[in-house]
Amino acid sequence: MKKLHLITLGLMMFSGLASAAGDAYIGEHVQTNIRSTDSLRNGARTFMNYCMGCHSMEFQRYNRVAEDLGLTEDEMMNGLVLTDAKFADKMTIAMDPQDAEQWFGKTPPDLTVIAKARGLDWLYNFLINYYLDPTRPTGWNNLTFENASMPHVLWEFQGMRKANFNVYEDEDGNEHKEFIDFEVVEAGSMSEQEYKDMVRDLVNFLDYSSEPAQLIRMSYAPWVLLFVALFTFLAYLLKVNYFRDIH
Amino acid sequence: MGKIASSGSKNAAGFMGWLNARLPVTQFYKDHLSEYYAPKNFNFWYFFGSLALLVLVNQILTGIWLTMHYKPDADKAFGMVEYIMRDVPWGWLIRYLHTTGASAFFVVIYFHMFRGLLYGSYKKPRELVWIIGMVLYLALMAEAFMGYVLPWGNMSYWGAKVITQLFGAVPFVGEALVEWVRGDYLISDATLNRFFALHVVALPLAIVALVVLHIAALHTVGSNNPEGIDIKQHKDENGKPLDGIPFHPYYTVKDIFGVGMFLLIFLFIVFVKPDMGGLFLEHDNYVPADPAVTPLHIKPVWYFTPFYAMLRAVPDMQMGALIMLLAIVVLFFLPWLDRSPVKSIRYRRWPFKLMLGLFTITFVVLGWLGMQAGSVTLTRIAQALTAFYFFYFIWLFFYSRNEKYHEVPERIEDH
Repeated sequence: MKKLHLITLGLMMFSGLASAAGDAYIGEHVQTNIRSTDSLRNGARTFMNYCMGCHSMEFQRYNRVAEDLGLTEDEMMNGLVLTDAKFADKMTIAMDPQDAEQWFGKTPPDLTVIAKARGLDWLYNFLINYYLDPTRPTGWNNLTFENASMPHVLWEFQGMRKANFNVYEDEDGNEHKEFIDFEVVEAGSMSEQEYKDMVRDLVNFLDYSSEPAQLIRMSYAPWVLLFVALFTFLAYLLKVNYFRDIH
Repeated sequence: MGKIASSGSKNAAGFMGWLNARLPVTQFYKDHLSEYYAPKNFNFWYFFGSLALLVLVNQILTGIWLTMHYKPDADKAFGMVEYIMRDVPWGWLIRYLHTTGASAFFVVIYFHMFRGLLYGSYKKPRELVWIIGMVLYLALMAEAFMGYVLPWGNMSYWGAKVITQLFGAVPFVGEALVEWVRGDYLISDATLNRFFALHVVALPLAIVALVVLHIAALHTVGSNNPEGIDIKQHKDENGKPLDGIPFHPYYTVKDIFGVGMFLLIFLFIVFVKPDMGGLFLEHDNYVPADPAVTPLHIKPVWYFTPFYAMLRAVPDMQMGALIMLLAIVVLFFLPWLDRSPVKSIRYRRWPFKLMLGLFTITFVVLGWLGMQAGSVTLTRIAQALTAFYFFYFIWLFFYSRNEKYHEVPERIEDH
């Protein structure tokens, strides 16, 4: 039944085999604050300096970011943006996707809504869990996203670390790799806490970018709900009044 | 018929008189609102019919505004949604009202159908009300499925692939049928375009027409109630049911309160948690459609998962598709499977209460199972529950034939 092969393939995703591959290492929970303009500005700066070489935000516009982060056009375009983009432009990049695929093996994905797709904890853990691995083409591997094709772009800040694993075979002869700890090979320019704060702000900015409207949405929420609550209370009184004579 | 003559003479003058002589507006208003007598004892479960109508209106209005800004083009569709979320003024609100509305529709409909199971609303003389309602449920499923494909995320793509592949289970013509549905050998721009046409034109038209029929059939036989007592048996000298009250103003006023309660929850989700933690808007659908990358865990949105769990529970795909289809088809026959003369659960005895309770739990647990990645144990549970789902109807058919029940009163008691 050739025609059924694809469904079978789709359904195989549910087998225990596939589910194991989904267990990403999430060692820490990240606490971000979408209302902290300072944190968002820090994150935007990190993104434009270190991520935008390869990653676009093709649905996000510079002027919207400036408006939401309380930046003037000058602060945005001369302080943060490294290219000759226009204020109303979308945050696209010049790198050719085909070149990118050749260099990295995979085109770096657009990051506009990556926070919705991956979740904040995944992004945070991905960016703090790089380690040296000479077997990888880039020299880097990642605990959260094993065999990621992206190198550790922020290594200057975090420094270089190698990871210690406990490798053993179970009774079925399957090899297991259990993470023990990291070992600093070369210290970075930031302390561990400074680096984590920087990544937290970057993740906060990615969260903002995935849905800029959440700033408006959350600020309207209490008023909308208060109005509906009042409306419902009045509707209740009206209903009680009408049904007074119905037994 | 005397009513028409009297109302005609009363409204003969003025604009309404002119209008009524040409189009019976006043008569229509009386028949369906001010002189439509509904039982006086409607409870919580009776909010969901009018709420379904509210959600339908919400879907149509927000849908119209979404189509103003969306292009069904495989290269652009994913970006169009982000354009609506960012560059269209209030676009985010319109979209969240629509996406939350889709899930709310099923929440409301499942409550509405469960009400029917509790109080036997599908029984004679309301068999057609139930059957039209079931056709509506099917149309709604098709509508929701095709709408889910439009954002062209990766789950849209792979979901469409898996679901359209089910047509391949049809003997002999399966493969040709899959191609015909997709309009291509695989899910592509052609599929997106036809799903858009069906989602915004064909199915909404069908749904609105079915809603009209559903209400027309209901208003012909009259509404059931939590007691399952026929209020038309006892009428006053004017022919009005003694235990009935006019729909307007009583139930319009009561339903406005229901609308308020509903909106509190609905708008909380829209404004505070529109993703519902991946339940209403799935994480994988924020990745653009990619035929080369299979999502780790393909699953439909929550409202399809009970049936999806049944599909997966059966090892053979063709049988699985058949079981899934039967699970829905069997509901059409409910008015004839339940042979008890008593409608409401209030006058049925513990075996029915117990079995309906288990059936409800089965459906909910199947829904949960349909969302899980799955394991051998979970598949075993899904198989057992699928079997019980069908056993319930067989049991009901035999049990209800000579069912012992409590005496049903003649009239609805004061409360």
